[in-house]
Amino acid sequence: MEWLETFWATYSTLVLSIGTNVLLALSIYLTLACGLLTVANAAFMGIGAYTAALLSLHSGLPFYLSLMLGALLPAAVALLLGPPTLRLSGVYLAMATLAFGEIVRIFLLNAENLTGGALGLNGIPQHSQWFDVLVLVVAAIYLLLRCAGSRIGRTMVAICQDEVATELMGLNVRAYKLFAFVLGAGLAGLAGGLNAHFTFFISPNEYGFDRGVEILAMGVLGGTGSPWGAVIGGVLITLLPELLRGLGNYRPLINGVILIVIILYSPKGIWDLTRYLRRGGAAS
Amino acid sequence: MLTLSSIAKNFGGLQVLQDVSLAIPERGIFGLIGPNGAGKTTVFNLISGLLAPSAGVIEFHGQALTGLAPHRITRLGIARTFQNIRIFKEMSLLENVLVAIGRQGNSGAVSFLLPSAKLRATQRSERAAAKELLARVGLADKAELLAGKLSYGEQRRLEIARALATAPKLLLLDEPAAGMNGAEKQQLMEEIVKLEASGLALLIIEHDMRFVMGLCHEIAVLNFGQLIAQGAPAAIRADRQVIEAYLGDDGDGEKSRS
Repeated sequence: MEWLETFWATYSTLVLSIGTNVLLALSIYLTLACGLLTVANAAFMGIGAYTAALLSLHSGLPFYLSLMLGALLPAAVALLLGPPTLRLSGVYLAMATLAFGEIVRIFLLNAENLTGGALGLNGIPQHSQWFDVLVLVVAAIYLLLRCAGSRIGRTMVAICQDEVATELMGLNVRAYKLFAFVLGAGLAGLAGGLNAHFTFFISPNEYGFDRGVEILAMGVLGGTGSPWGAVIGGVLITLLPELLRGLGNYRPLINGVILIVIILYSPKGIWDLTRYLRRGGAAS
Repeated sequence: MLTLSSIAKNFGGLQVLQDVSLAIPERGIFGLIGPNGAGKTTVFNLISGLLAPSAGVIEFHGQALTGLAPHRITRLGIARTFQNIRIFKEMSLLENVLVAIGRQGNSGAVSFLLPSAKLRATQRSERAAAKELLARVGLADKAELLAGKLSYGEQRRLEIARALATAPKLLLLDEPAAGMNGAEKQQLMEEIVKLEASGLALLIIEHDMRFVMGLCHEIAVLNFGQLIAQGAPAAIRADRQVIEAYLGDDGDGEKSRS
């Protein structure tokens, strides 16, 4: 088992990152599936990460409780932010959530007494074990699969296709959107909390615009047709840089090219592509 | 059942509706006609809550609809179809209807979390109900097809099935026969008569005069945002103002309306 220990010593952060990135991809899947283009998930992740990390550093709360509070606080913030912003759609919603993300980042940067400012938080206990990540990721996938297969999922797809028609079918579109937004914020916060407890160190810039775009890329790349699409997207975006390591400095370039090719040839993401292949077999 | 009292609607300086009053009875087929741009669809948008009236009151069974969210109005028993078809094109016909039917079988907020016999039973009965509605509009055999693949006329019928899934008391149809051929129109007329017989009130916007005159018990005519006539088909057909609105006046009189 020596090889396993060597492997784990080298790649544990990568493996755990796959887990947290899958959670992040699932969080953006929820809003994308309703046709909402929000980029606040990086900020929700940050709120979760700082909440859980600060609780671990300064309070005697058990790890799982800190983690849950790290998911609940961003969800509560989303509950307040949702009603005014979710009236917007398209690029306007993206702009509003982008601005919110910047507010969170700048707050984390300036509330030095609480967050350590630009220096970040150091020495966060490494509580996140592989089974914590595994259990939570499996639980999240299960939850969203049940959701997708139910009336809720059907309504979300309907909202994405025609909001007005869905509303006039007697369905409270705003409530569904808010549900997706809040649950997404909770999942992003959970990912942040887990992530903070295996990276040892966090700083405000990890939760800025770049991260927001990365999360969006996972959701779009994987596809919003099913939670499995988000899982694929999360895994791929985490692994691509590693798989392309041999390319040295050209790595980000090839990374971008792959994204462009997939979006061009399967605009609804990789999941849709696999569905097409399966259907193609059945239809012919 | 549904009353509009002195409804006005302005878009900025544009007066789309002025002093429109209508009373739709509990039963029967009520027609709303008028030239293009007369404000007919605006009336539908006001009733279904997509727009708020600038003045006036809309009441359904004595309850004011003004200020209610559209989904609340639907739940009170008013369903509609759209002039520019708004089906969920990337869903199957069955799913289209299921979206609307979902509200009926209230299976609890978190019951979806675990697979259970009760949940499966609910889903089965919802699917059965959806299939029945599709059968009512003659689309049962296409239940699993993607809605976007349907012909124009079929899409309109799917919209009716979906609207029926909300269990309405009043059904608003916005140009249901547009884009249909003669045979399809005839079939649709028969379906509408059946719907009325099943206890539903219908309010129909339609340009096809044969369709309207053959179907409606009462007709109201809108022209430039004002009601210019209301009555039985025969009376409407003979009404001078209505003829002028559709054909223009005979040229002898003054050109100004008012």
